[in-house]
Amino acid sequence: MGLDGETVACYGILNWADTLARTPAFGLASPLLEGTHTMTDPEVVLRLCDIVKVFPGVVANDRVTLEVRRGEVHALLGENGAGKTTLMNILYGIHQPDAGEIFVRGKAVRIRSPRDALRLGIGMVPQHFLLVRRHTVAENVALGLAGTPFWRPLRVVEQRVRELAQRYGLAVDPRARIEDLSAGEQQRVEILKALVRGADILVLDEPTSVLTPQEARMLFSVLRRMREDGHGVVFITHKLDEVMEVSDRVTVLRRGRVVGTLPTAEADPRSLARMMVGREVEFRVDRRATKTGEEVLALEEVWAEGERGRPALRGVSLAVRAGEVFGLAGVAGNGQRECVEVCTGLRRAARGTVRVLGRDATNWNAKDLWEAGVAHVPEDRVRCGIVGNLSVAENLVLKLYRYPPFSRGIFLNRRAIEAFARQAMAAYGIDAPSPRTPARLLSGGNIQRLILARELSGDPRLVVAAHPTSGLDVAATQQVRTTLMERSRSGAGVFLVSEDLEEILNLSDRIGVLFMGRLVGTTPAESANPERIGLWMAGRDA
Amino acid sequence: MRRLGPLLVEPTLEPSWTWSLTLSGLSIVGALLTAGFVFRAYGVEPLVAYRTLAEGTLFDARALPEVVRRTIPLLLVGAGLVLAFRAQFWNIGAEGQILLGAAAATWVALFSPLPPPLLIPAMFAAGFLAGALWGLVPALLRLRWTTNEVLTTLMLNYVATYAVEWLVHGPWKGPTMMGFAYTDTFPEAAWLPVIGPTRVHWPTLALGLAFAGFAAFLLGRTTLGFEIRVQGQNPEAARYAGIDAVRTTLAVACLSAGAAGVAGVGEVAGIHHKLLSPYQVSLGYGYAGIVVAWLARGNPLGAIPGALLLGLVFTSGDVAQVALRMPFRVTDVFTGLILLFLIGTTPLLHMRVQWAPQRGQPAPAATPVTPEGE
Repeated sequence: MGLDGETVACYGILNWADTLARTPAFGLASPLLEGTHTMTDPEVVLRLCDIVKVFPGVVANDRVTLEVRRGEVHALLGENGAGKTTLMNILYGIHQPDAGEIFVRGKAVRIRSPRDALRLGIGMVPQHFLLVRRHTVAENVALGLAGTPFWRPLRVVEQRVRELAQRYGLAVDPRARIEDLSAGEQQRVEILKALVRGADILVLDEPTSVLTPQEARMLFSVLRRMREDGHGVVFITHKLDEVMEVSDRVTVLRRGRVVGTLPTAEADPRSLARMMVGREVEFRVDRRATKTGEEVLALEEVWAEGERGRPALRGVSLAVRAGEVFGLAGVAGNGQRECVEVCTGLRRAARGTVRVLGRDATNWNAKDLWEAGVAHVPEDRVRCGIVGNLSVAENLVLKLYRYPPFSRGIFLNRRAIEAFARQAMAAYGIDAPSPRTPARLLSGGNIQRLILARELSGDPRLVVAAHPTSGLDVAATQQVRTTLMERSRSGAGVFLVSEDLEEILNLSDRIGVLFMGRLVGTTPAESANPERIGLWMAGRDA
Repeated sequence: MRRLGPLLVEPTLEPSWTWSLTLSGLSIVGALLTAGFVFRAYGVEPLVAYRTLAEGTLFDARALPEVVRRTIPLLLVGAGLVLAFRAQFWNIGAEGQILLGAAAATWVALFSPLPPPLLIPAMFAAGFLAGALWGLVPALLRLRWTTNEVLTTLMLNYVATYAVEWLVHGPWKGPTMMGFAYTDTFPEAAWLPVIGPTRVHWPTLALGLAFAGFAAFLLGRTTLGFEIRVQGQNPEAARYAGIDAVRTTLAVACLSAGAAGVAGVGEVAGIHHKLLSPYQVSLGYGYAGIVVAWLARGNPLGAIPGALLLGLVFTSGDVAQVALRMPFRVTDVFTGLILLFLIGTTPLLHMRVQWAPQRGQPAPAATPVTPEGE
């Protein structure tokens, strides 16, 4: 679940209040680590027992029990919102459980902060890396590390990084700067950070989401080596094939509860999917060949700058025709975001031409492009796609409020807005108590339904969809995909940008791959295969 | 959920308005208690001080019109700042905008060739425009070069202060004022009518109430208000929705600064009837208006009770000066303390606190275990 700044601040205060209440001065016992219970099975390095965690309005974890043995890769499988990340945040001391116990190597412990977790040998590789980009690998590893000599501490750290890198096949140069590393290499740095601190229980949160297929395979071989070395690895994912490929046992979470734990050898993707979702899953969206029409979007030799003023797009040319889905694949940070922003009026093109329905629309603003028929399902739906504190109804007219019937002259027509909201909520299945509910209280799936309802309300000729299903549950994913397909069938062009290769392959008529701001190649979907696209994503011409 | 002594604390997503009112009340009480230390340090027994101040303001019929008179500028400034803050435009420059409004009104009253019946409307219009222009400068700087408007608006206050100082010492110094740094007295046609024997210049009061109502209507019922709210809550989403940040920023800058300018007009035309030292024109209403806006919690109509409260504080300042022989600026200490407590308790807005003392269970004494690898 997404936490906004205020909520995070709340938890900060709560932790502070909690700490205060437990300081000896306040007369209450203050055991950092309680040792009242013991467990005997020496093979079990980690046991989470009946963990309960409640957030306002959500039971994130409901009596969750998880056991990790020495030398196993344990997959924690579940949809987004199933409670995987909450459980791991509890294990890493970021959240405190409302009930339940944690045993590490047989001893009951209380983990009050990541520092406690590290002391107990628990390391975390977060989904979004926490690295200082301008510093070197060794400097990042050394950050906050105790026990280094006063003089030239990096020498020792570099030595240790090299040893561990060698042992586990984590090829990375200790003196390289983080900003020069690929996502896969940065992830290795995060793993090294944990290992250097002596972690022998390693938690990886959706580790493959930023990797190319090739990099993912390298990661898996690292994990296998760690398993042979006796480490316990918790591997959080919602991808079934990864579970099958790398794990020894798998625990499936659904809606905060454990559905079951079983050896991977006894599992198959279909049964796991059923456990994860609670029903049979249709894996394919049916694709059809319709006649494609005119070009609704055309980029001609477009250049654009990225965040730090570096060229993020270097002469990209592509076209999306009416009635087709053009899928743009690539590893994160290779220009996809900038490409979407150039097409939707949020970023200037430094050079080149953007055509919408044949008209030169280069550097039009977002409003003009919307009026020309461009809908945009943004990548960061919470930060950019909605205004959390405004109501569902107000969010549904975020772009339409200027036009009748939602406003007359300078006055808003609240009745028309609310009527439209009720209609849209019914049509798209947006699950909210009322149109007046603040949008931030909605789940990710419902936020995406809201955005789709709004963006498709103007009968757009081009739908730019950036990562439209990332982080959504299966039902919402299915709905988003079907809706996009329907739109393309009824004559709109769909420009789909996604990191989910399977999604790109399933939905697109044509596929393009961006690498370092260039379009490495395009191919019709019929002749595309994951292997070739994976190579393109890594910048290699197949 | 967390236990803090006998209290249970849990986060909520929707703070109720009773809770936010309670927190505002607690902030004021906290400021009062803390101010007790200041009184004590000044050699005044806090309880005596509280009693004297209450008797001199709340329980004195002659003091109530004074409270209302102080409320007028605070209301105009506060309601305007609510608008600005809702759009995340941090206008700290109301003090300077008040002074510019006052100076513009003075020019109209003393030097314009307008016929007497038009003087007062023209003074208000000129005051609004002058204030708005003064607020426009930082808005344009922010839009063009992303300068921080907190700094520019604050610095422009000093420019305005010294400009007025220069006017009353220099070109506008009144020949009839026997060397004092005042302008000449306004013609009587430029004096605002007052209620009875009080100093409550009701036209400005009416403008203040109307402006608060207008601001509430603008925010809730118009497209511009919608844009202001989107812009303030989530600038990224505003950009994505094609909302013009230039339009919303200029609108709130002009409206909030213009309202402050009108407040300045009220002070010179309703009370002093001349332009004089900037420290006498505005007693820090521009800064106290920030506290009013904060007390209003985003609702322009909330500026009405907020302004009344601060009006009371300012009147207490008079009492403190006369009855307790303390400097008037003790009001700044008090308003500052209120703001400090209000901002400090903001995280608590999203908490629900329940009284639930724990019974029985003594906490078990446990032995800490040192994990391996240390």
